[in-house]
Amino acid sequence: MNRFLSPVFAPGFFESSTIHTALAVGGLVAVASGVVGVFTVLRGQSFAGHAFGDVETTGGSGAYLVGIGPLWGFLIAGLAGAAAMEAIGVQRARGRDLATGIVLGAALGLAALFLYLSTTASSTTGATVTVLFGSIFAVSSSTIPLVIVLSAVSVAIIAVLYRPLLLSSVSSELAAARGIPVRVVGALYLLSLAVAVALAAITIGAILSTALLIGPAATALRLTKSPGRAILTAGLLGVATTCIGIVLAYDSFHWPPAGHGWPVSFFVVALVLFFYLLAGLPELLRARAAKTDHTTRRATAEMAA
Amino acid sequence: MNGTQSAAGREILEVDGVWVGLGGREILRDVSFSVGAGEFTGLIGANGAGKTTLFRVILGLQSPSAGRVLVAGRPRSRRNPLIGYVPQKFLLDPDAPLRARDLVGLGVDAHRLGFSRPSRARTALVEEMLEAVDATSFADARVGNLSGGEQQRVLIAHALISQPRLLLLDEPLANLDLASGQEIVALLSRISREQRIAVLISAHEMNPLLPVMDRIVYMAAGRAASGATDQVVTTEVLSDLYGRHVDVLHLHDRVLVIAGAPGDHGSANGALESIEIVS
Repeated sequence: MNRFLSPVFAPGFFESSTIHTALAVGGLVAVASGVVGVFTVLRGQSFAGHAFGDVETTGGSGAYLVGIGPLWGFLIAGLAGAAAMEAIGVQRARGRDLATGIVLGAALGLAALFLYLSTTASSTTGATVTVLFGSIFAVSSSTIPLVIVLSAVSVAIIAVLYRPLLLSSVSSELAAARGIPVRVVGALYLLSLAVAVALAAITIGAILSTALLIGPAATALRLTKSPGRAILTAGLLGVATTCIGIVLAYDSFHWPPAGHGWPVSFFVVALVLFFYLLAGLPELLRARAAKTDHTTRRATAEMAA
Repeated sequence: MNGTQSAAGREILEVDGVWVGLGGREILRDVSFSVGAGEFTGLIGANGAGKTTLFRVILGLQSPSAGRVLVAGRPRSRRNPLIGYVPQKFLLDPDAPLRARDLVGLGVDAHRLGFSRPSRARTALVEEMLEAVDATSFADARVGNLSGGEQQRVLIAHALISQPRLLLLDEPLANLDLASGQEIVALLSRISREQRIAVLISAHEMNPLLPVMDRIVYMAAGRAASGATDQVVTTEVLSDLYGRHVDVLHLHDRVLVIAGAPGDHGSANGALESIEIVS
């Protein structure tokens, strides 16, 4: 190991197949989340994104109970959630948040039951942590092909619909006046969102999936002004966040309490917040500089008078 | 007032006996009028008079229960490239990643799938439109950060870039201060004359539009009267339209439409109660 790299990458990092899988899955998921997330933020649908996280918690815990892979559980619940949201018209009527809130509460209650039943059956708490907070190091390399397909699907929907989706996200009235089928575009976007959240759920957990979806996108919005650049920035930030999170989590095996690595999810969420605040720093400094400038000028004016 | 003959030509828009009923209420009742090519027409009426519904019918987003709409002599359809539209409500977060030039560019090809291929011709066209609406100074600013008047300019450029023959503007002056409103009216009048684009602009106040209107369509309670301003804005025509007595006062170069005492004509009209000085 190179002596410059060894303080950052703990021994065995580059040789570990678990790390290889985690980086591959984490990177793909981060790209999908970042790209879809820009539209989630632009459309003001962070709440819908979080709603998918809740519904997919139920799916993931159900998957443990019936013995299928959690990603399938997240995905099936996400698609059912998308259909339900489309049916009750969540995207059109803002006043649907009460109905949504009650359904989400019920979904999490169901998740509690499923997790209770599967933990009593297998007498581990692994399922609960994996579903809620993710465990990317436990993802099997056989999942990679499915992750590739799903990230490709969610990014492809956004790429193909890019222009009509952008205009209908900016103003559904402008889009409708141009003959864009706003409702179809919205439904397909919801599909892409459901898939992206399912992917985020296997890396940092269903409950935390919103962080990876909204965080890099919100940070990108602070850094860029054009939609294309925002998407690119959000994707790159997502990948950087996930990769640094994996490195830190690997290193943390040597941190106290010894022998217990810290969860990747913690690092990813902490980095998301860190980058978001960092991106807001220039604006804050500018505002402060303007304020100081005004105060100085007023003081000078008062002295002159 | 300007005469109707100033921009005579083929009719770009014909609205013929249009009725719309929504939820058991008649929103539009036998509305007929036409707009000639290159003409500047004001669609005047209070809130709830049916202006927005009429726009939705013209855009093909609402089917009339009776009557028809012809655009350049043909039945109107969705995504009619002859019509450019500027909506009333436009809310975008200040940090939304969309510059003025991005929104104008979306006017070219937003209905197409995928990404737009950057080309010199496209960039030049966007630049030309930004210049036409005096928006070059804020072309690279986020749209959500612009003032109401600046946003209107960008939206007008967005509508103009697909080279429509008819521009529909839904209450563009509603949220603007007087000076910005006058600038927008002057800009629209210039575009209409220079590029021979017909403009149909809705407003609840007719006075800002009086100097530039070729024709007025006055709406009240779902009905419309149209023609030259001095023929339509009269005590007789408007009293008939409102179904009760109204007075039209000329005060310097402003026109005031004042509702008479309730019960003058016997027919109580809900919409009219809120209008004392109509415009």
